[in-house]
Amino acid sequence: MTDARFAAEYEGPLLEVSDVKTYFETDRGLVRSVDGVSFTLERGKTIGIVGESGCGKTVLSRSIMGLLPRRGLVRQGSIRFEGNELIHLTPKEMRAYWGSQLAMIFQDPMTSLNPVMKIGKQITESIREHLDVDKDFAYELAENLLRSVRIPEPARRLREYPHQLSGGMRQRVCIAVALAAGPKLLFADEPTTALDVTVQAQVLDLMAQQQSERFMAMVLITHDLGVVAGRADEIAVMYAGRIVEKAPTSVLFRDMKMPYTQALLSSIPKLADESHVRLATIPGRPPDLVNPPKGCKFAPRCAYVQDRCKEEEPPLTPSTSPGHEFRCWFPVGTPEGEAALERNKQKGLRATEALVAADTVET
Amino acid sequence: MRVVQFVVVLWLVATFTFALIRIIPGDPIDILLPTQKSNLQAKAKVKEVKEDLGLDKSIFTQYVNYLGDVVTGDLGKDYGSGRPVTDILKKALPVSLQLMLYAQILALAIAIPLGVFTAYRAGTRADRALNATAFGFLAMPNFVLGLLLSFIIGAELKWLPSVGYTPGWLDPIFDSSRTGNFGDHIQSMILPSLTLAVGQIAVYMRLLRSDMIATLQENFITMARSKGLSDRRILWRHALRPSSITLLTVAGLNVGTLIGGAVVVEVIFNMGGMGKAIVIELNEKQYVALQSLILVMAALFVLVNFLVDVLYAIVDPRIRHARAAH
Ligand SMILES: Nc1ncnc2c1ncn2[C@@H]1O[C@H](COP(=O)(O)OP(=O)(O)O)[C@@H](O)[C@H]1O
Ligand SMILES: [Mg+2]
Repeated sequence: MTDARFAAEYEGPLLEVSDVKTYFETDRGLVRSVDGVSFTLERGKTIGIVGESGCGKTVLSRSIMGLLPRRGLVRQGSIRFEGNELIHLTPKEMRAYWGSQLAMIFQDPMTSLNPVMKIGKQITESIREHLDVDKDFAYELAENLLRSVRIPEPARRLREYPHQLSGGMRQRVCIAVALAAGPKLLFADEPTTALDVTVQAQVLDLMAQQQSERFMAMVLITHDLGVVAGRADEIAVMYAGRIVEKAPTSVLFRDMKMPYTQALLSSIPKLADESHVRLATIPGRPPDLVNPPKGCKFAPRCAYVQDRCKEEEPPLTPSTSPGHEFRCWFPVGTPEGEAALERNKQKGLRATEALVAADTVET
Repeated sequence: MRVVQFVVVLWLVATFTFALIRIIPGDPIDILLPTQKSNLQAKAKVKEVKEDLGLDKSIFTQYVNYLGDVVTGDLGKDYGSGRPVTDILKKALPVSLQLMLYAQILALAIAIPLGVFTAYRAGTRADRALNATAFGFLAMPNFVLGLLLSFIIGAELKWLPSVGYTPGWLDPIFDSSRTGNFGDHIQSMILPSLTLAVGQIAVYMRLLRSDMIATLQENFITMARSKGLSDRRILWRHALRPSSITLLTVAGLNVGTLIGGAVVVEVIFNMGGMGKAIVIELNEKQYVALQSLILVMAALFVLVNFLVDVLYAIVDPRIRHARAAH
């Protein structure tokens, strides 16, 4: 049963992603952008996918949607939507899902609307592709959609072009386009990253409201843990193409185990902080996805790193709380972890002392 | 603003052609009236030329008078046959205009679907085969192609007239004494238009292909796909228009090439167009008539590119609004 219309009675989770791998063949070699990601998502729920830029969030979401260009693409694993396997479907077959079952909001509202097509056309073409309605009725629906995403003067906006709207308004139009055919699952790939800080919360709240009204599930992608904090039911933290920690939101914030998650959290810009500067950025760069390090991918940047981390990649292991998994040999807040951190601090101190000593000898 | 540009360009062209005839070595009278100097009739003619061109006046007065003539639509005459240039134009201009129009439409009508298709299938065998074929035609000189078509499809197979011209819809507008026959007109125009069009196809196709490939990488195309639209709709409704600005520009500039090509094609197919008229005036050394014909062609070129400028705003609303804001 690949026809989505007959799958409405499916009892299992809406989306089951298991061991999805997405590689690109390039001149440099195989880029392992997504390397074995698994998660499930129930109807009406939100999963937040968080990680630094370049860790594979966009590739993961487009891979699940089947939207990646196929040349040089290697895609493995299983993506089940309402029980139907999607990973082998051709783009033609995916059209049965695009828009009506799965929809997407992109990071940059400046470039994701067609610059030479009126807003009204861009919404109604989506409506008319999926619903058997005439043009006038489609425009009525479009006007209501714009109203529901709180765009003032919706009738006038329908006759305008994207460049006549502000960034925030454009992202609302993108949301309206994505909602047009009533999808069951919405991917939002950094939906507010390109927007002014002042409109970010408005747009996120709007999405949350539409989501609960429509009982729609959402994959909310961001590099900012603060964005998903109050909005996701579950959070998956990604690093170098894999999930390194996953937990229900409240559990994650109470009891994070991965040093990477902790580092991400301390890099959240505090709104109260006038300067909006990041408190701390994680030192170093994410690893090369063609030749990743042998052990834990985060080891070269980790404050807790031990010899074992550089040799053996930790598996995704369950913690004591249900639904909480992480990849770490020396987790935050455990005796081993704290001992590891302490050892590194001592070593660091000794290294600094050695430097100072070397300095004094020279002078 | 654009009208000012238009006038300035035409003024420059007029000045250039004015200068050209005065720069050619020798007495303009000897050149324009080479054989008839002795008899009385000829004397009258010499006088006429002198007065028309104002050769006894200063160069500055000549220039001002010339510009005045051009502005009032007096384009001089062929002093050999005595025909005013406006008469020549009435007959010849619609022939060339229709030929170039059809050739341009034909070239675009073939190149646009091919450009869209090869961009969509970029890198495949079909893409490479079509590109190679189009470039093969590009390499073929249009007089060779014209003669081949005229000989095979016209003279041998007799599917279409091998030479000649039947007036169409534009000729009666220029010259009320002519009547058009649309069916015959189209038949007489197919081979010449095709000859003129073929060389443009590869150029247009490649341009559209590369712009289209770039457009297909844009975020809004991914967005359009994520809406579940058909590939056909995405290509034609979403990608084509934003990819066509370069094509439009080059199609406008290419009118220059078309004018040159039309001269050759009109001679091969024996059509009484501007090309033919220019060749005749050139052979007769009728430089006054010649400069006026060239001026008209230049005006045509400028006018077309002026229209292209207007089309930009229709194709891209951002350009329209930016202009309106000024
Ligand atoms: N088409 C592609 N070809 C090769 N590498 C790619 C391609 N798309 C993405 N990548 C690589 O995959 C990695 C993950 O990218 P992306 O998913 O965009 O990161 P994120 O969205 O988390 O910032 C990056 O290192 C990027 O360079
Ligand atoms: Mg991204």
